[in-house]
Amino acid sequence: MTLLRIEDLRVYFNARGRIVKANDGVDLEIEETEILGLIGETGCGKSILGRAIMGLLSENVEIGGRIIYKGENLLELCEARMRQIRGKEIGMMLQNPSTSLNPVLTVGEQIAEVYRYHEGVGKEEAKKKAADMLKLVGMDPKRMDEYPHQFSGGMKQRVMIAIGLALNPRILIADEPTTGLDSSMKKQILDLMSGLIKSRDVSMLLITHDLEVAKGVCNRIAVMYAGELLEIAPAEKLLSEPKHPYTQDLLDSLPRMGLNPIPGESPSLSSPPAGCRFHPRCRCRSDKCSEKHPDMIGIEAETYVRCFLYKNDKSKG
Amino acid sequence: MLKYILKRLLLVFVVVLGVTVVTFSAMHLAPGDPAEMIAVARYGEDLTQEEIEWVRATEGLDAPVYIQYLGWLEHVLRLDLGKSLITYEDVLGEILTRIPATLVLAISSLILSLLIALPAGIISAIRKNTIVDNACMTGALLGVSMPNFWLGLLLIWLFALSLGLLPSFGYGSIKHLILPTITLGPSMSAITTRPTRSSMLDVLNQDYIVTAKAKGLDERTILLKHALKNAMLPVITFVGLQLGFLLGGAVIVETIFAWPGIGRLLVDSIYARDFALIQGCVLFIAVIFALANLAVDVLYAYLDPRIRYEKK
Ligand SMILES: Nc1ncnc2c1ncn2[C@@H]1O[C@H](COP(=O)(O)OP(=O)(O)OP(=O)(O)O)[C@@H](O)[C@H]1O
Ligand SMILES: [Mg+2]
Repeated sequence: MTLLRIEDLRVYFNARGRIVKANDGVDLEIEETEILGLIGETGCGKSILGRAIMGLLSENVEIGGRIIYKGENLLELCEARMRQIRGKEIGMMLQNPSTSLNPVLTVGEQIAEVYRYHEGVGKEEAKKKAADMLKLVGMDPKRMDEYPHQFSGGMKQRVMIAIGLALNPRILIADEPTTGLDSSMKKQILDLMSGLIKSRDVSMLLITHDLEVAKGVCNRIAVMYAGELLEIAPAEKLLSEPKHPYTQDLLDSLPRMGLNPIPGESPSLSSPPAGCRFHPRCRCRSDKCSEKHPDMIGIEAETYVRCFLYKNDKSKG
Repeated sequence: MLKYILKRLLLVFVVVLGVTVVTFSAMHLAPGDPAEMIAVARYGEDLTQEEIEWVRATEGLDAPVYIQYLGWLEHVLRLDLGKSLITYEDVLGEILTRIPATLVLAISSLILSLLIALPAGIISAIRKNTIVDNACMTGALLGVSMPNFWLGLLLIWLFALSLGLLPSFGYGSIKHLILPTITLGPSMSAITTRPTRSSMLDVLNQDYIVTAKAKGLDERTILLKHALKNAMLPVITFVGLQLGFLLGGAVIVETIFAWPGIGRLLVDSIYARDFALIQGCVLFIAVIFALANLAVDVLYAYLDPRIRYEKK
């Protein structure tokens, strides 16, 4: 069952006259109880996609397309209705836990306020629920009256998880939940998240540029490049037989594979290359690639790729 | 926290000591013979050299400068600021009688300025680049560029002379307080509005505000609970400095409205060339200023848990 469907999402920033196409025609579905990975190089538009779902983009932006959740297009909802969805239906953990917690409020309060606000429960009740939430993410509830700066990076990330899951949302958007953590902490946080998500039947959009992270936990993985998706496939399939040359290069650039960084630079989002956006860096390019923009096509079950190397009439539409 | 305050207090002491050196040397390095000036101030222009020498001897002005300084410092440390050279009144006593007037004016204008600056700054930040924002910022610019003496005189002309509603000078009732407060408050608010706005804008762009929004909180909660306290931190520094200035006596406004505060006392003592009184006033103002800064630091630490806990 599809829980959230993104159709032809376009997010264009107007940055001093330049149009930055941070998301340009993104089609993506989040299924019930799945962990969907979203990977891609830095600056390709992953966080923007997450924020667009939450309706949390700045004012200098034009948004097109549709984001359908439970029959409603989130992009058309009024602010008041959107507030009911944020936190309660869709939770989000921001990219950087050390700047994403309010420095002058205690962590307990930052969790408890969610209950007071959305469920209208009293102060004591909210505090108790916040304590339970802290316990759930493996923290000592006695520390709930401490401030964010008194916690380590991993601890702060646990608090972020507690906030994101406090109201038991249907979807959790987790933006780079493991950056800045050492590898053992990384694993702990990932295990904690995937455990909680599974036990609570929550779907997760896991945004990361770390393929190793995506590998361990994701059911499906979507690969983003310069504001558009290049490949979507079940996780094992994408990792064992990547289709798009970019995905193949990305896998090759993993440290375990000998760290072969992809030559060239990520393209500018305000004037992306004509034709296929990846073609200037592509090993397999032909003349066609610089002239025509490839469509996303379905080539196998649940596998979609945006590349002229593959042919199938089962267009994703 | 206590250790933090003690450390700051020690710093205040050092600053004040520095100020005593500077005031004292300024007085003695200024052109002219202090003994002669004192004699002139007391007895008029018509003086013989003997009379001047007599003043020099009785005031201890014939000793080496550092001896004079140490002697003076010793008295200062015993809270004895000496006697006015002209009226022979006790300098500290004189200053203390002026404190209530300065304090009343300082507090009323500070309150008025914050009542204007905080809402104006916050609203301009929220409604960035709208008419409201532009209006507030233009108002602030006008307020900053409008000199106090000019506004004060304008108000006197309008409310006291033309309309006859309020007294133009003096001290003692709420009515007397109104015009000086209106002169000081808005112009001070003009200074605080801009930092309030930029600090608020800065805070509203922080990740933790996005987190708060992602929780589904409403705009009011986000502003008042998540943004305001953070945004106030840098503003407190400005407010503290202003309070320091005010408590040191708003010289111009006190003069225009004949407000019997510290600022007025300082101006009068300068006109009278009353060295002891000038020194006393300057020293007092410096101490007040340093203490106001200390208060800011303590308040800062109280509001910002990062400092509060670090300095424990
Ligand atoms: N307010 C804005 N105005 C103009 N451009 C913006 C704005 N916000 C983001 N962008 C641009 O959108 C692009 C995508 O940003 P995004 O944060 O989604 O990247 P990302 O894929 O999450 O990268 P990272 O892995 O570094 O987090 C970036 O190139 C950025 O410059
Ligand atoms: Mg990002």
